[in-house]
Amino acid sequence: MIKSEHFFWLVGAVFLVMAAQMVMDRTNPRRFGSAGFWGLLGAAFFYSTGVVDKSLPAEPLGVAVLLLIVLGGCGLTGKGESHTPPREKRAASAALLGNKLFLPALTIPVVAMICATLVKDWKIGGEPVLEPGYETILGLGVGAVAALVVGMVLLRERKVSVPLHSGRNMLESMGWALILPQLLSVLGSIFQTAGVGEQVRRISEAVLPDGQQFVAVAVYCCGMALFTIVMGNAFAAFPVMTAAIGWPVLIEQMNGNAPAVLAIGMLCGFCGTLVTPMAANFNLVPAALLELKDQYGPIKAQLPTAAALLVCNVAIMALFAF
Amino acid sequence: MIVLLGVLVVILGFATRRNPLLVVGAAGIVTGLLGKLSPQEVLATFGNSFASARSVTVFVITLPVIGLLERYGLQEQARNLIGKLGKLTTGRFLTLYLLIRQLTASVGLTSIGGPAQSVRPLIAPMAEAAAEAKAGRPLPQRLREKVRSHASGADTIGVFFGEDCFIAIGSILLITGFVNSTYGQHLEPLHLALWAIPSAICAFLIHGARLLNLDRQLERELAVAAAENDLTAHAGLRTEDAK
Repeated sequence: MIKSEHFFWLVGAVFLVMAAQMVMDRTNPRRFGSAGFWGLLGAAFFYSTGVVDKSLPAEPLGVAVLLLIVLGGCGLTGKGESHTPPREKRAASAALLGNKLFLPALTIPVVAMICATLVKDWKIGGEPVLEPGYETILGLGVGAVAALVVGMVLLRERKVSVPLHSGRNMLESMGWALILPQLLSVLGSIFQTAGVGEQVRRISEAVLPDGQQFVAVAVYCCGMALFTIVMGNAFAAFPVMTAAIGWPVLIEQMNGNAPAVLAIGMLCGFCGTLVTPMAANFNLVPAALLELKDQYGPIKAQLPTAAALLVCNVAIMALFAF
Repeated sequence: MIVLLGVLVVILGFATRRNPLLVVGAAGIVTGLLGKLSPQEVLATFGNSFASARSVTVFVITLPVIGLLERYGLQEQARNLIGKLGKLTTGRFLTLYLLIRQLTASVGLTSIGGPAQSVRPLIAPMAEAAAEAKAGRPLPQRLREKVRSHASGADTIGVFFGEDCFIAIGSILLITGFVNSTYGQHLEPLHLALWAIPSAICAFLIHGARLLNLDRQLERELAVAAAENDLTAHAGLRTEDAK
């Protein structure tokens, strides 16, 4: 059986190899900081396996996460010179290869889809081929590897180091923003463990007028959006707001339809994600990847839609969830 | 009550534009300690939740192949293609992409797109080429930024308001996992997914209409930019005369 942990090891190995490339790259003014950051991240992906199955203590991994935060947060990482050939050369290559260039890129989703639908049911000796529950993620991994093979055969590229160097350049230009979402999930867990949701519930009970259904709906929806804006992650906001208002007030007290309240509540959080710079992977990373001067460009493009959708979500919940 | 100071740390850190990594780290430590966790428990919480959140970062695996294709001219070929699809305007093209992104995400294919996978190599260059084909010349910097921003926006909105209609997506699993473990209830992922459909339809109608309107906006701003160019050209001529 291919397990999700195997895939995490592969990702960890990619980080480690790229870190080794960074150490050698003298064009990067902070090559040791960069290599330390991505190398530590790669090692953490391996060590995590032991933390998940409880064979290794979690505290050292916590120390590693804090080190990552310091390395990335204090600007100790940098980037080297890009390996991309000049534009004329790329245009000539595009003219030569034509639409064949799309083939490897399309391999990723096609293989991922096949894994999530067909391979999902395959069994060898009574054991599923892909770990149940992780078919889509594993499909992404299998698809990416297949796409790399297809790409290298198609482009007659013999050295594996070439795609790895190109990928490393992209990794360096995204920088620390790449691990922010994962760290936000970490923050959400800490909030939950420390009892932030309980405190918000007390405040909302003191503030909310009794039996005002529409007001409660609006507070839950806007609260999800606001908390998401602050934390940059609807996943982190959801446990806090649901423990505070969604479950005790809307579902238990007012007999709301649980799936409707919670699903729409999560989507209100997504409205918040669309407008916050804290959601770096959706808003700031694209701006960096697209080489925008205004790093808030995507947020400005999304803001009016997010506001209108928040109103729609409040209306849908108020009308249909009770 | 005092544990809410952790939330305050996040708000202040964000408002004063500190590095988000440091804000998250500081807020985590402060909240944990105020919530009466021992330093060791705080470290363990950091470690455990990092380990179980790794799937958020695995898209990195697609970077080598995308980087390789870009070396060989993937973006340039995308531009060539849209050059042939002359009739599709920027707004119509992005609306079409929004629809495709929503539909594919709603069957769980969220990794088809994304800023690194599709927006940078395909969608942004194609949207830009469409606008340039219509303008008949390179776009002014400001409009180029606007088109690229909307390319990213269409991708993000499409995946956000498509993926929740799928039963095995992270956000749906988070909802069921949280409720089932915290309140001892049993929620079916399918019911949650069905309740995401009305919002998904609203998202397509609202954002699609805005994208179609983007064409009219571009047209207006291009006309203004052209007029400004003419003015500066004339002004340039006059200073030449004055010499």
